Amino acid sequence: MTEAEFVRAYEIVGADFTNAGRASTSIKETLKNMGLASALIRRVAIAAYEAEMNTVMYARRATMTLHVTPADVTIDVQDEGPGIPDIQLAMQEGYSTATAAMREMGFGAGMGLPNIRRNADQFAITSEVNRGTALVMTVHVG
Amino acid sequence: MTDAHYHSIRFDASACHGCMACLRVCPTQAIRVRRGHAVMIEDRCIDCGECIKVCAKNAVVPLTASPSGLGGYDYTVAIPSPALYTQFDGEVTPGTILQALRNSGFDEAATLSWSCGAVTHAIELYFAEYRGPGPLISSFCPSVVRLVQIKYPELVDQLLPVLSPREVAAREAKRKAAADTGLPLDRVHAVYVTPCPAKMVSIVDHPGMEASYIDSAVGISDLFPLLAPVIREVQTSHAKVPETETAAGLGWAFSINLPSTLPAEDTLSVWGLPNVLRILDDIDKGKLQRYTFVECHACFEGCVSGALTVENPYVARARALRLQQSLPKRDLVDAAEMRARHERGEFRTTVPFAVRPPSPLGRDIVTAIARMQERDGIAAGLPGIDCGACGSPTCATFAEDVVMGEAEQAQCVVLRQGQLEEQLARLAAQGAAATQERGREIR
Ligand SMILES: Nc1ncnc2c1ncn2[C@@H]1O[C@H](COP(=O)(O)OP(=O)(O)OP(=O)(O)O)[C@@H](O)[C@H]1O
Ligand code: SF4
Ligand code: SF4
Ligand SMILES: [Mg+2]
Repeated sequence: MTEAEFVRAYEIVGADFTNAGRASTSIKETLKNMGLASALIRRVAIAAYEAEMNTVMYARRATMTLHVTPADVTIDVQDEGPGIPDIQLAMQEGYSTATAAMREMGFGAGMGLPNIRRNADQFAITSEVNRGTALVMTVHVG
Repeated sequence: MTDAHYHSIRFDASACHGCMACLRVCPTQAIRVRRGHAVMIEDRCIDCGECIKVCAKNAVVPLTASPSGLGGYDYTVAIPSPALYTQFDGEVTPGTILQALRNSGFDEAATLSWSCGAVTHAIELYFAEYRGPGPLISSFCPSVVRLVQIKYPELVDQLLPVLSPREVAAREAKRKAAADTGLPLDRVHAVYVTPCPAKMVSIVDHPGMEASYIDSAVGISDLFPLLAPVIREVQTSHAKVPETETAAGLGWAFSINLPSTLPAEDTLSVWGLPNVLRILDDIDKGKLQRYTFVECHACFEGCVSGALTVENPYVARARALRLQQSLPKRDLVDAAEMRARHERGEFRTTVPFAVRPPSPLGRDIVTAIARMQERDGIAAGLPGIDCGACGSPTCATFAEDVVMGEAEQAQCVVLRQGQLEEQLARLAAQGAAATQERGREIR
């Protein structure tokens, strides 16, 4: 018997700041509607929001996929964009290449990726320059 | 009395024509039209009264007390919302209105003036000690508190744990009445004259308190026709009426008087539920941490546009501003007394704000996964135009209602029309084939 799994994909458009944050809001509503614990939802929501904003800010487009099983919640983000040349550097708190306009909107503290890692039980990021970035994070339900 | 699902409104099926006006305005998708009549989903309603405002058939009935049913208590104190002072045409002073309340059967009528000042001080003292995450969210509009409890459970700890002026005023007025008359406190009945049904809910079940100090509420719209002639009597009698209201008290009809220690540029004032929803969403995402305080009102012009008011809210607001100018600007509160009472916790809520998440799609995660999958499958087949003809406010809520067995997919008129058209096309094609067939036979 295959284990129960709920899957839903969201398309994210780069630089679309008007709709930015909708996917993570919807993910949060969906998890609430599934009756998951609010501490878990909060961690997933923070991570999903940071990942979504990174693709809006830096990538051309992205697909963000939510997976829910009885054991864990996984968010998988695949984007097409510039990629990250030095992941170790990007993962450092305070490192940011955000433009002046992005900082104006309140982004660019260089805290997004570190925040995702802090809130996830499992976290993996791979990237290819000029192609895109893939990020997978998992939070255990139990 | 604590009823988990107490609401201050009721849908009257005999008056409801199922027009769906309320379905569209309800900010929490708490209404469905079933078998031609509006019904409420109890764990989602925040008692904002938007449905009362739009219903042309008066089919949404507020469950406030009727003014005639207030007899039978030893001593009854009326405590009007400052919004009441803005409802009467001509320059009617708050003192006149309070006198009219006394002349129409209330033993006493008390203003919020002292308690508004006291609450402003209490907010200042609370902020001086507060070290938690920002911003704090005002807790004086009961609809906003319910909205946070239902939709933003992570933010309940950011609700301001300070009692509202109406609660403080009711407590003080009851204590004073008991002292003046020698009656026991529980024989003094405090009646709030309310601009909205939401405050009725906060009387029966007050978030952050074991019990409200207010005992019942009468709607401004119910009291208005009774009070108007008495006000004219008071005016023509030329009796001198004491003026106990202050400019600060009047300001609370549409906005909170914040202490000067909370500079305006560090606070946000938000009116109207769609705006409140957006702000709470941003707070939830951690975006507004640089602000210290967010004042939220469910109604667009503050309490002067509550669902049980009678005057045009913009006129009411202008009147409040004029009254404010004519009333004394004095601060009735003694700072030393305030500090001592604050330290005794007299202005603090007494229990934590609870969360009230609506029931999920499934009791256990396996059921929830299955139902959410089913929901997405159904939603994918729906037109996504949110027409409401199925009786659910949006296609997304309809999909959930189908999964939960509360609606049937066949109720979607757009799907049904598509099926009918297909059926017709199929019949037409069969008909054409049959004619051709016959044509051949004849030849
Ligand atoms: N999807 C992505 N594509 C390309 N570059 C990225 C992507 N995500 C992150 N980066 C790079 O990594 C840096 C650090 O990202 P991080 O999310 O930690 O901080 P930030 O987005 O700059 O600021 P903040 O998240 O605090 O608003 C970014 O400035 C950017 O250079
Ligand atoms: S009172 Fe407000 S939340 Fe409740 S059903 Fe009416 S519109 Fe919806
Ligand atoms: S803004 Fe005032 S009148 Fe409107 S629901 Fe809130 S408390 Fe009631
Ligand atoms: Mg970021």
